[in-house]
Amino acid sequence: MRSRRLTRWLFVAPALAYLLAFFGYPLVRNVVMSFQEFTPRTYFTGEAPFNGLDNWRRVFDNDLFGDALWQTILFTVGSLAGQFTLGLALAVFFSRRFRLSGFVRAILLLPWLVPMVVSAVVWRRIMDEDHGVLNSFLGTVGLSSDGVPWLSSPSVALLSAILVNIWIGIPFNMVILYGGLQEIPRELYEAAALDGASPWRTFRSVTLPLLRPVVTVVLVLGFMSTIKILDLILALTGGGPADSTQTLGTLTYQLSFLQLDFGQGAVVGNVLILISAVFAVLYLRVNRADLRAGK
Amino acid sequence: MRSRSGRRAAPAVALALAGAVTAAGLSGCAAEPDPGTVTVLNSATDTAEHEANQDFFDRCAEPLGLRVEQVSVPADQVASKALRMASSDSLTDILELDGSELPQFAETDGLRPIDEVGVDTSGLSDSANALGSHDGVQYGVARSVNSLALVYNTALLAEAGLEPPATWEELETTAAALTQGDTYGMAFSASPNADGVYQFLPFFWSAGGDEARLDDGAGAPALQLWKDLVDDGSASRSVVNWNQQDVNDQFISGRAAMMINGPWQVPVLSAQDDVDWAVASIPVPEAGGDPVPPIGGTVMAVPRNDGDREREENAGRVLTCLNSEENQLAWGERVNNVPTRASAAAAYREQNPELAPFADLVLTARSRTGEVGTRWPVVETALAGAFQSVLTGRQSPDDALGTAQRQATAGE
Repeated sequence: MRSRRLTRWLFVAPALAYLLAFFGYPLVRNVVMSFQEFTPRTYFTGEAPFNGLDNWRRVFDNDLFGDALWQTILFTVGSLAGQFTLGLALAVFFSRRFRLSGFVRAILLLPWLVPMVVSAVVWRRIMDEDHGVLNSFLGTVGLSSDGVPWLSSPSVALLSAILVNIWIGIPFNMVILYGGLQEIPRELYEAAALDGASPWRTFRSVTLPLLRPVVTVVLVLGFMSTIKILDLILALTGGGPADSTQTLGTLTYQLSFLQLDFGQGAVVGNVLILISAVFAVLYLRVNRADLRAGK
Repeated sequence: MRSRSGRRAAPAVALALAGAVTAAGLSGCAAEPDPGTVTVLNSATDTAEHEANQDFFDRCAEPLGLRVEQVSVPADQVASKALRMASSDSLTDILELDGSELPQFAETDGLRPIDEVGVDTSGLSDSANALGSHDGVQYGVARSVNSLALVYNTALLAEAGLEPPATWEELETTAAALTQGDTYGMAFSASPNADGVYQFLPFFWSAGGDEARLDDGAGAPALQLWKDLVDDGSASRSVVNWNQQDVNDQFISGRAAMMINGPWQVPVLSAQDDVDWAVASIPVPEAGGDPVPPIGGTVMAVPRNDGDREREENAGRVLTCLNSEENQLAWGERVNNVPTRASAAAAYREQNPELAPFADLVLTARSRTGEVGTRWPVVETALAGAFQSVLTGRQSPDDALGTAQRQATAGE
């Protein structure tokens, strides 16, 4: 009996050790760091004196923090809404087999394969106000004669960043949702057709409810990767113009790696962790409710 | 039988796995380098640059019976890499940092004052020594330095019958006159990072701006000048996105008749035949005034190594050799930067007349960290915020500098 319990624990041990070493330790370290005066000196002397709530106060007093938080929310919500809607539409579209559908679907995966920084650099050229392809195109079809200041106006730049991120995120959403659609039994659609359900009604009453577990996974994964966005913004706008595309990710980067104030950087990092944790808990509860309901 | 042996094997597998995970976490400690080797951390990731550096290191190390090994990481990662190395006691014997990063390291007491390892810097220019100093102590030595100047398209200016502008007023009229069709009169970098700030400083400082008191009113005309250039259409509104590389691209493609840029662009400019170019001094607010551009470049410092002073001495010997007149001149020509030894700088000026404005500009150039020291990164961020919000029409120059000053001194 005892050896059995021991065996059980030994099976758990690798996972536990891994979690503690690579998740637990950095997490605790980051929280502790946010209460310390952690500067370049710390790396040489190993001393990081505790300074209470100083870091937190300074971050919350920084006007940029509020802006960055709000812009992070806008960026995340906008990106997820766009990625998900377009990804789902494409997944539904491709779930009907037609000639070349596999080929076109494969092509649509390309944005996913291109490294984020490369995409951002290319989009920076496309969205150039004077010579970008996008403005030339809009000018040619007569939609805009002046040229849209995609990246050079603070009122447009965040929208541009969201559009680029939507473009990057569509393939991921499409692939996972397409997989989910394949799992839905054909008979249900046949039954719906026999009952005379319209395509919209079929989508609402058959597709969506059965796709729900996949939808939550896609949204949660999308949320996690979008909320901490850094590389895309750095390469596309560098947080500008006039801080209009600063997010919590770029703010942490600025505080920790440009100003070398690791304590303040850790504060912003902790805020990000907290937001992610709230969503992770929500996801678990939704999942548990689904399980209990027998879905 | 099978199931039993399987069960017995299970704890062993689990144990082995747990052990492997722990072992993975503990490995990765650096070995002590060989005593005859001097290690260097720098940003020479480009193959040609790496080899050029090695060439000069070998030239100096071989007669001393030493070997030099470079560890190169991208420029913006040198500081964080050095910090990580410091925390594991594996810092290199020579640390090549950007001049603006030196105070952060000097402040930690982790660097040895450069004269204590036998490097004599008395023959180097004052501006170069300022670049390597913190709180009056010299920690770093700069082999060569750079600054910013006005680069112009000789054909376009000749066509319009114009001379390169010497004052701000001339800059505005010349840029307006040169703006035609697809070509802007002027290009500069106003990106919200070190590039944009580096380019803003010659205007800010020449106007009398003070980085310790951003809101004293003296720097506002510099912001107004940039704003006017963009509002008049003489410069693209995209300058807020352009780094210095983008500015050079615009110039080479003929979309800008003049630009602000540094000597590191010379190889790219020389390698193309589309645009004929020449270099002029930075325009100043009033005729006859001295331009005050920032001084840039890297400095080499020697981290403290109390356990093995011999290594520090070796590093010092290599540095002394690298900074001989002959080596400085050869290095300056190799990287198109101005040597810091007065005699070498004079020879450089003579041999490269087309780059003479750079050689003159570094004489009046100022170090970014001379006045604010370790606070520079915060001031830099605040200044970037100021010109970005002025150029995008969010704030007036005076308001923007007021905001910047508050940001730069927050928490003090």
